[in-house]
Amino acid sequence: MAKRNETSRETMTLNNQAPELARSEAPSELLRELVAHLRQNRTQLREEWVVRISETRLLTAMTKEEIFAEATSIYDSYVEALETEAFEALQAYARNLSERIIPRGVETHEVVGIVLLLRDVLARSLFAKYQNDFKKLNRILDAYEPAANRIANTVAVGFVQERERVIRQQQEAIRELSTPVLQVRERLLILPIIGVIDPQRARQLTEQLLRGIRTNRAKVVVIDITGVAAMDVTVANHLVQTVEASRLLGATVIVTGLSPEIAQTLVTIGVDLGKMNTVGDLQGGIEQAERVLGYKVATLAEPEPR
Amino acid sequence: MEVPILKQGAVLIATFQAALSDADLNQLRMGLVQQVVKFRSRAVIVDVTAMDVMDSFASRTLREIAHMIRLRGADTVIVGIQPEVAFAMVQLGLTLEGVATALDLEEGLAYLNEKFKTTN
Repeated sequence: MAKRNETSRETMTLNNQAPELARSEAPSELLRELVAHLRQNRTQLREEWVVRISETRLLTAMTKEEIFAEATSIYDSYVEALETEAFEALQAYARNLSERIIPRGVETHEVVGIVLLLRDVLARSLFAKYQNDFKKLNRILDAYEPAANRIANTVAVGFVQERERVIRQQQEAIRELSTPVLQVRERLLILPIIGVIDPQRARQLTEQLLRGIRTNRAKVVVIDITGVAAMDVTVANHLVQTVEASRLLGATVIVTGLSPEIAQTLVTIGVDLGKMNTVGDLQGGIEQAERVLGYKVATLAEPEPR
Repeated sequence: MEVPILKQGAVLIATFQAALSDADLNQLRMGLVQQVVKFRSRAVIVDVTAMDVMDSFASRTLREIAHMIRLRGADTVIVGIQPEVAFAMVQLGLTLEGVATALDLEEGLAYLNEKFKTTN
């Protein structure tokens, strides 16, 4: 099969020396002929395509029936895009498809792969059909290849755009979940951090905290990182810098809830423990902050009756 | 532009009005170190609220001022560092180690009053 493919390509390059000849027939007419051919052999070509997909182990996240169903609609949209040369419908379909398959873990290379496979399967069928008339084959391919490449392009771009949209959406969700700076007592702020901290979020946290210190005139800040499982060296450094910057604004920072992993990271980067004030848990941190601020919390002798 | 040095009880207050040249900073350093003994002041407050950029020279000079005043027997508090400036300074490694800092002039005075109370 591959051999035949190569031979035809060689002939094609040879014949490319006479482009006027190739364009003598209107491309739209050729496309019509092409589309008719693809419509006629729909069942067989689609079957072949599905076999090629499972052979190359693409779309492993989907069942055979699903692949067949998707293949059918992709095939039809593909032929329709070839026929009308309007890519909007295909674009919409690609976006819709991406929306459905991205959550199932389908990768970019798989989507690009199946579209390229379809392109190859169809090209093969054209070779087979016109193998006795190379000039005709050339003209057909001249019409087919740009359109097919554009389709592959459209689908790939649609998929990547959809993926990026999902990522953006998730980033926004994280940003919105991002950490509030809370005042729990006069001059005492709490910053509970939950989840993964990337450099961008770390910067945002610092900005919020430093502004919070200014607007609330805070003297003590408790940063609780119980909800942070681990942080990399960059973010750990950032945390240390945040502590120092807070000190420049006249506020003391108490860090609470360090996990063993984070403690390890901080020791590895050689943090100056004289600058870092750490307490085991949030409660202990708040108690120490209250001591610093001169608060004294006492239990009433008799609990009030409910 | 010269930095005015005001005497307020036992405290000298120097307020930056704008970004300063290196010469102004040197002049401020000499002025403060001389006057702190002349007026028998117990502390100096340097208010940098108006500075929206703090370069390494300014930062080093502030630290030198604090250490020289310490040697002359008084305390120093730097007040009014802007949040953005604070973080930029830390990123450049200019952390004013061993120098007291406070949010603003009021906080600085409150800090010194506390300190005077405990040392008396």
